[in-house]
Amino acid sequence: MSYILIVGAKSDIAKEVARVYAQNGYDLYLAARNSKELEDFANDLKVRSNNQVELLELDITAFNTHETFYNSLKERPLGVVVVSGYMNEQHLVEKDWNESLNTINVNYTGAVSLLNIVANDFENERNGFIVGVSSVAGDRGRKANYIYGSAKAAFSTYLSGLRNRLYESSVHVLTVKPGFVATKMTENLDLPEKLTAQSIDVAEDIFKAQQAGKNILYTKWIWQYVMLIIKHIPEFIFKKMSI
Amino acid sequence: MSLISWGMYPRIKNRVHKLTDEYSLKETLKNNDELIAFGNGRSYGDSAINENIVYTRPYNYFLDFDENSGILHCRAGVLLSEILDSYVSRSWFLKVTPGTKLITVGGAIASDIHGKNHHIEGCFSECVQEFTIMIADGEIKTAKKGDELFLATCGGMGLTGVILTAKIALKKINSQFIRQTTIKTKNLQETFAAFEEYKHLSYSVAWIDCLAKDENLGKCLLMVGDFADDGDLKYKAKSKLNIPFNFPSFALNNWSVKAFNWLYYWKSPEGVSKQKVHFDSFFYPLDSIRNWNRIYGKNGFTQYQFILPKESSFDGLEHILQKISQSGKGSFLAVLKLYGKGNENYLSFPIEGYSLALDFKIEDGLFELLDQLDEIVVEYGGRIYLTKDVRVSQETFEKGYSKIETFKKYRKDNNMSEKFNSLQSKRLGL
Ligand SMILES: Cc1cc2nc3c(=O)[nH]c(=O)nc-3n(C[C@H](O)[C@H](O)[C@H](O)COP(=O)(O)OP(=O)(O)OC[C@H]3O[C@@H](n4cnc5c(N)ncnc54)[C@H](O)[C@@H]3O)c2cc1C
Repeated sequence: MSYILIVGAKSDIAKEVARVYAQNGYDLYLAARNSKELEDFANDLKVRSNNQVELLELDITAFNTHETFYNSLKERPLGVVVVSGYMNEQHLVEKDWNESLNTINVNYTGAVSLLNIVANDFENERNGFIVGVSSVAGDRGRKANYIYGSAKAAFSTYLSGLRNRLYESSVHVLTVKPGFVATKMTENLDLPEKLTAQSIDVAEDIFKAQQAGKNILYTKWIWQYVMLIIKHIPEFIFKKMSI
Repeated sequence: MSLISWGMYPRIKNRVHKLTDEYSLKETLKNNDELIAFGNGRSYGDSAINENIVYTRPYNYFLDFDENSGILHCRAGVLLSEILDSYVSRSWFLKVTPGTKLITVGGAIASDIHGKNHHIEGCFSECVQEFTIMIADGEIKTAKKGDELFLATCGGMGLTGVILTAKIALKKINSQFIRQTTIKTKNLQETFAAFEEYKHLSYSVAWIDCLAKDENLGKCLLMVGDFADDGDLKYKAKSKLNIPFNFPSFALNNWSVKAFNWLYYWKSPEGVSKQKVHFDSFFYPLDSIRNWNRIYGKNGFTQYQFILPKESSFDGLEHILQKISQSGKGSFLAVLKLYGKGNENYLSFPIEGYSLALDFKIEDGLFELLDQLDEIVVEYGGRIYLTKDVRVSQETFEKGYSKIETFKKYRKDNNMSEKFNSLQSKRLGL
């Protein structure tokens, strides 16, 4: 038996990640708020794969519950994939402190709270892997989504430090930076087709990169180059741009 | 986002309503005068195309599987490929599968699709125990074998409602490989004789060289086979990322068709030869080339598939092959197949006889040629397959299908004629 813990299991990407791991023979812990809503999905996975699938209640922003949550898993997971994320429209977020705080907590603080616990455990055991789904939005702050972006930037930095720390204990950390992905979250945006990935492709990319022990994954791959260019635009020009 | 079918013709703007749950589907039905279900868009023509589309592919949960009986209960948006991914390694396979596994269960029922084993297993509806469907007033009905709703929906091209879930029977296999025999024939006589000689085997299909003339008319490669018995079931779903590239959209001309047919024909040895091949390459040779339909260029293409009753098959095919070879309009794929007895469904395509399927690039003069072929098909008592069609006339269509009035009446009586329509159903007055 080998469980993978998927955090933020309700998102489109998380569901596809769950399918890919199930298809490849792993058992699953699916953690989310109102996890009951995932019952049909969990049943689907079981019927498809014949593997164990368990639903767990978890609020990533309820920091003080994380220790109990992790300790009550009936079996230590082989790996943890953190997909939880929250993005609202920038103009709403910048005017409402609660929106800002929630953006920071879901994308960053909550993940740190949970992954600290996981990391300590994995380090002790000298076994396990951690996948954090961050975003290309964290590579440079833009007026269109810099509060979300800054939380993701912090998360990417955290993962990079974690990777560095856990290297010695052979615990592998993968940072995932998706670009545009066609999901419920982006359904109403008019995204450029060539730059937009489907959740299933992102999930397969994640699985492969994790299995191969990659450190940073841009998905679609082209985003690595898009972001390379964006990062190198001098600030005095960048500040005048609308991208 | 506008959806198009596999033939990429016609292209119209449409509004896409994703099917996620029954409640919102009911709302969609209420708020739109007319719509049509769309599965995975592997039909070639306009049967899943209209201004309002219910996109069923996202509705794709597996519900239950009984390891003893092999009955799978799932939602209509599940792809046949997903079923294989899950169950081949557990020794189950589809009873009936078309030449692509990238179709939905809903689409398989709506077209009452058939495979290389029609002469043994019949159409897809044979393995359907029951299904649920949302009809015009938003009610969900269960249809069982023998019900009118079953007879009208299997083969009914989405015109009776939106299929939601189905219980289908899988079959046991003992290997992921097929023992294949390939027979190379020299002309139509030999082709027919070979079909008859091997019809005890489960699977058979022939590739015909449509450009062959005179004494070579009807020469083919016939491939027949059955599942092997070696116990090897270690099937691992191929990652979608392994599908390597999109075909470049070069213009397909007569020369490239000739070269392809010629290569295909000559690379296999004379007479009878034997091979062991994987089921993926036996059943789904084209699925490994994602978007191969783009090879025909932007204007799209169509598939012309007709079937003739057994008595008139030989003469009719000879006549049609002559016509095609004279026209010089090459077909990339020409597939000939022997069929067993037809079923009771109102609009299912198969009847006992032979069917030929040919791909044509859409260009000037094509529809005139197909109109001429229609006349020959009608003359020999045949019919056209709706799931491939984009242009047949109401008159030709109706001459082929004897239960057409029953179907129309059923639709009318149940208020389906207004609610569920495709461009095709309107063209054909269904
Ligand atoms: C390479 C290739 C090989 C093929 N080989 C064969 C073959 O060997 N034998 C064969 O029979 N066919 C064959 N086909 C045709 C294909 O199997 C059918 O067109 C099939 O119906 C496509 O299913 P789909 O899910 O893509 O449905 P679509 O193409 O999206 O829709 C097809 C029809 O089904 C209806 N429909 C779809 N889902 C539902 C639903 N949930 N409820 C109600 N109606 C629905 C649509 O309204 C439409 O009328 C082949 C196609 C290709 C591309």
